[in-house]
Amino acid sequence: MHVDELIKNAKFIATPGKGILAADESTGTIGKRLASINVENIESNRQALRELLFTSPSALSYLSGVILFEETLYQKTSDGKPFVDVLQENDVVPGIKVDKGTVDIAGTNGETTTQGFDSLGARCAQFYKAGARFAKWRSVLKIGPDEPSELSIQQNAQGLARYAIICQENGLVPIVEPEILTDGGHDIKKCAAATETVLAAVYKALNDHHVLLEGTLLKPNMVTPGSDSPKVRIEFNDPAEVIAEYTVTALRRTVPPAVPGIVFLSGGQSEEEATLNLSAMNKLEVLKPWTLSFSFGRALQQSTLKTWAGKKENVEKAQAVFLARCKANSEATLGKYGGGAGGDLAAQSLYEKGYKY
Amino acid sequence: MTAYRGKYADELIANAAYIGTPGKGILAADESTGTIGKRLSSINVENVETNRRILRELLFTAPGALQYLSGVILFEETLYQKTAAGKPFVDVLNEGGVLPGIKVDKGTVELAGTNGETTTQGLDGLAQRCQKYYEAGARFAKWRAVLKIGPNEPSQLAINENANGLARYAIICQENGLVPIVEPEILVDGSHDINKCADVTERVLAACYKALNDHHVLLEGTLLKPNMVTPGSDSAKVAPEVIAEYTVRALQRTMPPAVPAVVFLSGGQSEEEATVNLNAMNKLKTKKPWTLSFSFGRALQQSTLKAWSGKDENIPKAQAALLKRCKANSEATLGTYLGGGDLSEGASESLHVKDYKY
Repeated sequence: MHVDELIKNAKFIATPGKGILAADESTGTIGKRLASINVENIESNRQALRELLFTSPSALSYLSGVILFEETLYQKTSDGKPFVDVLQENDVVPGIKVDKGTVDIAGTNGETTTQGFDSLGARCAQFYKAGARFAKWRSVLKIGPDEPSELSIQQNAQGLARYAIICQENGLVPIVEPEILTDGGHDIKKCAAATETVLAAVYKALNDHHVLLEGTLLKPNMVTPGSDSPKVRIEFNDPAEVIAEYTVTALRRTVPPAVPGIVFLSGGQSEEEATLNLSAMNKLEVLKPWTLSFSFGRALQQSTLKTWAGKKENVEKAQAVFLARCKANSEATLGKYGGGAGGDLAAQSLYEKGYKY
Repeated sequence: MTAYRGKYADELIANAAYIGTPGKGILAADESTGTIGKRLSSINVENVETNRRILRELLFTAPGALQYLSGVILFEETLYQKTAAGKPFVDVLNEGGVLPGIKVDKGTVELAGTNGETTTQGLDGLAQRCQKYYEAGARFAKWRAVLKIGPNEPSQLAINENANGLARYAIICQENGLVPIVEPEILVDGSHDINKCADVTERVLAACYKALNDHHVLLEGTLLKPNMVTPGSDSAKVAPEVIAEYTVRALQRTMPPAVPAVVFLSGGQSEEEATVNLNAMNKLKTKKPWTLSFSFGRALQQSTLKAWSGKDENIPKAQAALLKRCKANSEATLGTYLGGGDLSEGASESLHVKDYKY
């Protein structure tokens, strides 16, 4: 097994000051993004968007990895240079989404499990050959009166563990992503309890399946109040600090130090919120034996997308916006983000009820 | 709610953190009446209450020793005993900045259908007993679960039973103001190599932390008392640096940073071995978000016992031997122990007893 390589790659992706761009939107999902700026969902447009992102001057210096969708792994720049080469030349590790979406678990209230095991080993081997060195698999849980159920927790934890060991057998660092959706009217304590229970189950499953923790990364949700619940009250000094405290406490109670890095998902948070929260976590004066960074999709691309609007003449401007977001998040991983990068566009919530990739 | 946040939460967190103070550790002086009898008979001393009291007074009043300790685990009888001058042992300890702890388990019983595997009893009326001990001055507790390595051991049943028992004990303690020391001891008996011990330790610890999470135990108000990761007793020894590496790695892979400290058991290692291994762990340059300290019984008392031999005139000598071991282990928690020097008689004697029963 690729033990040393996995450990080295996981550690590199967790480099302080860097993070991950999640650009692995499936064809269906990227279609929604393109539709929102009136751009047709055809291969050349998908290629143009990703080229815009990957060739943004200096942006790559703030990234340690980019997650790609399968189609993108094999695409090239308009000059004919494989995207994988562009990334590698700039010390950015290419990653690949390997799950095949969620399906409902019968007998539950809309809870899901994730599919994608069939031929996963062979697919991973193929992706490794194409230059990928890490993978991502998204599990989804929700909070409700009876949720997450023990069945859903077990199914998703076991699924993540099987996916993880198969990746490692084929040289890919698995990003373990147990996303608990923000949907709901619950308070932050409820989210904290669910997050701790889910993460404990995930790490037990990883141990059961003999996964090498030093060669993995975790991609969790931040601990926040539900989307239909009042935002963290301003009386608590700084809402970001409260989120930071609850989130880091949950992680300290469940994530063993062998894990080199935690790369948060942004959920439906606005670009600015996500960055502020990440920075607050890194400012917290408490022992954190893993780096805390980002793996943002919408929270890195939203204003870039709007600025581009599908027009060639906007590419440069859009790339500048993208660079600003990457830099802001890089500062956040060092606890140094002062806020305000990107103005109003960046402050827009990206929350979508019942969000499906 | 995930973790216990009842009336003792802040106190539990403060006490657990205090016990984990770098430079300090725990003296495990909680030998049951039967077990202390074995120790006393080894130096030809009669197993009567006065002698048990004299021995513990010798330990707790050893000049200079208490500064190296953050806690002492007591057996129930000892919790209520006093010095010859009439001062309660609990007061002696408190005045010395040492938290009194109490052994609360009632020994092991065999699991039917297994090959000599056991589970630990003591849950009946545990809450009331904890309350009583809290009133008497105890602030932490200890419960020893035992597992073994064999061709089919530890079995999933033994792991589940012991992890569950530890978690139940832990939450009951916390509800009653006592910091639970979680002790899943994997016996060193056997001819397995260090890799096997590492695998088993990681499995067992993962099961323990899952159980603690299931039972809503507040990790910040607990301590872990594990075995070090070593080759089996019938297998070739390895260097302290190797033991340190395997042990710390096993903890990195299973122990969440919320736990403030690890207080190793010595499990049959000689006094010197245990100290040197602990020292090597603290020298290791790697991620260790919890302090690594000691909770030694035999490995702190062996040479003291020999020096005393039950004679009053030997008490100063015996106390000097204890001070020496306490200081050595204190240095080991800081990674500054220079080792050996002129060892007291018994300091390098292996304390391994096959299939050791408390």
